[in-house]
Amino acid sequence: MTAELVTEVGAAPEAPTRGRQVRRRLFADRMAMTGLVVAVVMIVAAITAPLLIHLEGQDATTYHPELLNSARGGVPRGAFGGASGAHWLGVEPTTGRDLFARALGGAQISFVVAIGTLVVQLLLGVGIGLAAGLGGKIADSFLGRLIDLSISFPQLIFAIALLAIVPGDFPRPLLLMMVIGLFGWGGTARLVRGQVLSLRTRDYVAAARLSGAGRARIALREILPGVSAPVLTYAALLLPSNMISEAGLSFLGVGVRPPASSWGQMLSTATTWFQADPTYVLVPGLLLLVNVLAFTLLADGLRTALDPRAGLRAGRR
Amino acid sequence: MSETSVPGAVLSVQDLCVEFPTGDGVLRAVDGVSFDLAGGGALGIVGESGSGKSTTALALLGLHRGSSARVSGGVRLGEDDVNALDDESVRRLRGRRIAMIFQDPLSALDPYFRIGDQIAEVYRTHTGAGRRQAWARAVEVLDRVGIPDAARRARSRPHEFSGGMRQRALIAMALACEPEILVADEPTSALDVTVQAQILDLLDELRADTGMALLLVTHDLGVVSRSVDRVLVMQNGRAVEEGPVSEVLTSPAAPYTRALLEAVPRLDAPRPERPAHHNAGKPLLVVSGLSREFRRPGGGLRRDVLRAVDDVSLEILGGETLGVVGESGSGKTTLARMIVRLLEPTSGAITFGGRDITRLPERALRPVRRDLQMVFQDPVSSLNPRRTVGDSIADPLRVQGTGGREALRTAKELMERVGLDPSRHDRYPHEFSGGQRQRMGIARALSLRPKLLVCDEPVSALDVSTQAQILDLLRDLQEEYELTIVFVSHDLAVVRQVSDRVAVMRNGALVELADAEELYTSPRHEYTRTLLAAVPVLA
Amino acid sequence: MTRYLLRRFVSTVVLLLVMVAFVYVIFYALPSDPAVLVCGKGCGGGQLAAIDHKLGLDQPEYVQFWHFLEGIFVGRDYSSGPDVSHCAAPCLGFSFQNDQPVLSLIGQRLPVSLSLTAGAAVLWLLIGVGAGVLSALRVGRFTDRAVTAASILAFGAPIFVSGMLLLILFCGVLHWTNFPVYVPLSDDPAAWAKNLLLPWFTLAIAQAAIYARLTRTGMLETLSEDHIRTFRAYGLRERRIVGRHAIRGALTPVITMSAHDFGYVLVGAMLTETLFGLPGLGQLIVQSSNNVDLPVVAGLTLVAGAAIVVANTVADLLYAVVDRRVVLS
Repeated sequence: MTAELVTEVGAAPEAPTRGRQVRRRLFADRMAMTGLVVAVVMIVAAITAPLLIHLEGQDATTYHPELLNSARGGVPRGAFGGASGAHWLGVEPTTGRDLFARALGGAQISFVVAIGTLVVQLLLGVGIGLAAGLGGKIADSFLGRLIDLSISFPQLIFAIALLAIVPGDFPRPLLLMMVIGLFGWGGTARLVRGQVLSLRTRDYVAAARLSGAGRARIALREILPGVSAPVLTYAALLLPSNMISEAGLSFLGVGVRPPASSWGQMLSTATTWFQADPTYVLVPGLLLLVNVLAFTLLADGLRTALDPRAGLRAGRR
Repeated sequence: MSETSVPGAVLSVQDLCVEFPTGDGVLRAVDGVSFDLAGGGALGIVGESGSGKSTTALALLGLHRGSSARVSGGVRLGEDDVNALDDESVRRLRGRRIAMIFQDPLSALDPYFRIGDQIAEVYRTHTGAGRRQAWARAVEVLDRVGIPDAARRARSRPHEFSGGMRQRALIAMALACEPEILVADEPTSALDVTVQAQILDLLDELRADTGMALLLVTHDLGVVSRSVDRVLVMQNGRAVEEGPVSEVLTSPAAPYTRALLEAVPRLDAPRPERPAHHNAGKPLLVVSGLSREFRRPGGGLRRDVLRAVDDVSLEILGGETLGVVGESGSGKTTLARMIVRLLEPTSGAITFGGRDITRLPERALRPVRRDLQMVFQDPVSSLNPRRTVGDSIADPLRVQGTGGREALRTAKELMERVGLDPSRHDRYPHEFSGGQRQRMGIARALSLRPKLLVCDEPVSALDVSTQAQILDLLRDLQEEYELTIVFVSHDLAVVRQVSDRVAVMRNGALVELADAEELYTSPRHEYTRTLLAAVPVLA
Repeated sequence: MTRYLLRRFVSTVVLLLVMVAFVYVIFYALPSDPAVLVCGKGCGGGQLAAIDHKLGLDQPEYVQFWHFLEGIFVGRDYSSGPDVSHCAAPCLGFSFQNDQPVLSLIGQRLPVSLSLTAGAAVLWLLIGVGAGVLSALRVGRFTDRAVTAASILAFGAPIFVSGMLLLILFCGVLHWTNFPVYVPLSDDPAAWAKNLLLPWFTLAIAQAAIYARLTRTGMLETLSEDHIRTFRAYGLRERRIVGRHAIRGALTPVITMSAHDFGYVLVGAMLTETLFGLPGLGQLIVQSSNNVDLPVVAGLTLVAGAAIVVANTVADLLYAVVDRRVVLS
């Protein structure tokens, strides 16, 4: 019996990481918690944007030429991009539109597109990954190639081409979700396929087959639960990456179109103003940066909590 | 235990303690161990997993430095105390005066560098020799350990060597600077029994030639009995007994040593009584001309196939235990998996209870599955870590149509029967030890009350005492459930103990099949004789 | 080896054809008329038809695709009224926008993209690998935590944000440089480098973060492997173990990934090029996409695909050279 006790102490098998334990580790992670707080504040701000803008007493579309210094080419009057009690973050150069209202609009777009894209990516990625991993040799060799192809594809080029030629009356946020999702499912699919293929060789799957369990039962009971944790952590990292993609495409002028506002689009117009009016660059730039960082830290914290050896900051003690 | 070092000892360990800080307190892995190693002598340290034997070995070279371990006590190497020296002095000792070889010879060498370069690098570090001189030395020691065509093979990288050759290469590295002591940590545990015999012979020979002392760490009492003159038995970090090997193994003083010795299956002891068969003589499962081919990776366009199982025919008689032995790559596991229809045969037929089940589609196979069950080697991968133990055991019943509550009740009964606490049915596998998990695997396999149970290396991952318990359990269950068992293992002694008849496999082919008694006393095939001769015998 | 290259070549050709076909499908599946874009809003039906004919847009789509392929392999003739101009193979056609041969458009911009990518690659390898090694050697200590924090920050910062912040700092506040203008290397090497400094760093920062992570993980993994323990057990100096054996193991993924990334960044540095107004391939892709300039986009797709596939092949070959255990198949 001593030997059995000893193995119990010594062995470190793949423990199922269970809810309470994961939550405890996550809550103990200060970086992840900072990320969580910032992310929650951002999301709440985006949801309550109309209310907040109403509180400020402005809107995102009204021009305020009176606040601009036309002699200096339309730079806002006053310090910090014309920030004041009426315009909390100042106004846009050339137009004088309220920056606070436009930034909040950008937050809404950023979240809506990132989350919508994530849904598309997960549907495609998990679906194709599962089909490849579970669907026999022919399905796997075909879908496996498709996954490789989608990963080594110059996706951005296609995304740009596609976005550029779709008529302007098609709802842009929806289009962005579809295009980024369509070109961005490969990583998820590869992860799911690899995980399924690895789980399939476990002896407990063989044991389930021996008991006469059918394919569906094995997939549902034995394999899927093992796929969900890595997909969850991967999805958490996809979210900030989708925000960057949306902002990038809008920056290039093929994303969200005026009058709707997006941080990427604001940054794109700000390029020419970075010397005369740095506030105009800093508002959307820092918002995007802080937002992306918050979600990245949260995602990494989640990953570290689920698998203490895997996180970006693994190895630190 | 505080005697001062014996004259003539090259290594003297006194009151060695190694502690690891863990999440909940301090784990004392080595607890006050003392021993001496005489010049040119050979000392074995035996123990089960977690006994602290490897931790002790690493401490002799000061290899716990830089980790979180706390080491105390004395490790005297001649005039020097390894624990008292500074890092640089300890570094200069390593490899020059005390060398070490490890269990897994593949991962112990750098995959990116030529073997000759790796040995030469060690030689140059300690002697300051030139490049050419060091290379010559590397070739010389490789030749010395029996690498054929050493000058050419020194240019190979580790993956181009077989397991036994890699271990030889590592021994060559140890020899390079002619150390006084060689510490060998489970040097043959990853090797086949015939290769193990060659490596142990080589170690004997080198010891006799060079006067190098050997400290052999192993779990295998047979290896100890064959290769060393003194032995130290460890349990839970403590030395429970030390003495000349003949004395300790024949008349052990400590109860733990006695228990250990009793648990070891041996080739020379009388074979335990086998129960009479229930429906003796009638074949339950017949395998005829069974083959299985695998495509070799990287074969390209040519059909480069590996015949893992090559035209095997045998009968499994009702109620018997058929042992299948073979070294790695012999095809024994592939055969086992084909018998339970986990792997499709390339050709041949399997008849179960008079019915040909070789090509039966999965749906038609389902009722047959009840009768064919399997126990797996790895107790970690054979249970789903995300399902409770009760669910895992009850699942086969649910699949075959038993109601949920009824299935769980049966599962709890089975847990009780295999020696597990049924109230822990809602726990997860990682909360149990390896032996307990193997019991769960057995309970699951029995839940459908099969006729045939195929056990693939069921005790290979377990310590000897746990192994003995599982073997006992299997024997009792065989009687109680009227089971026919196919017992696959690489361990000839274990197979001898549990089998009525034994099949020997080599390179996919069936070499010999005979009654156990007959096969072990008068083996007919040359290969069987080689295998039996290679097994180290206790005392 | 030869068979590997041959197979790789065949699959590359197939892949490129699929990609170009994909571009054609995208362009024709969607209601968008290049003739209108070429001519402007005021054109009537007759003018549009003439332009359609000149551009070959009045032919069925598959014929256009066929002509495009023909142009690549044997060259093709263009007729515009009485004039017939021959475009020799490999011909990627002419831009709808300005009638320039696509190949020369790409040729003009390639040096810019090459300059940007090569410089950035040197920087990201130096910074990334250096920081990664340092971080792995001081694991858990201040240096490691600083490197990790910096790499999370750099990884999270989109290129156009970090680039803009660099611009504000060095160009707006400190006035160390002007807004970059591309100067060809052959004209004035000093001005070339000076102007590219900001774009290089911008591009390198994000990449370096990834390489630092990769190197650190690789180093830590190798350092925990058994053969490192062997060398310690044989008294090799720590400096030598790290410098020769640990780095060797860690660099394998770095080498293959940098080959892969080089191909990708060469044609995909749209954000950096757009931000700094560098006339490279990425900027050309954005412009021609916005103008629905089908021949240019199709040609660029081909070039981009080829660059990436070639880079991946080089990465595979390097991997096989670096790690002799790998068998190419």
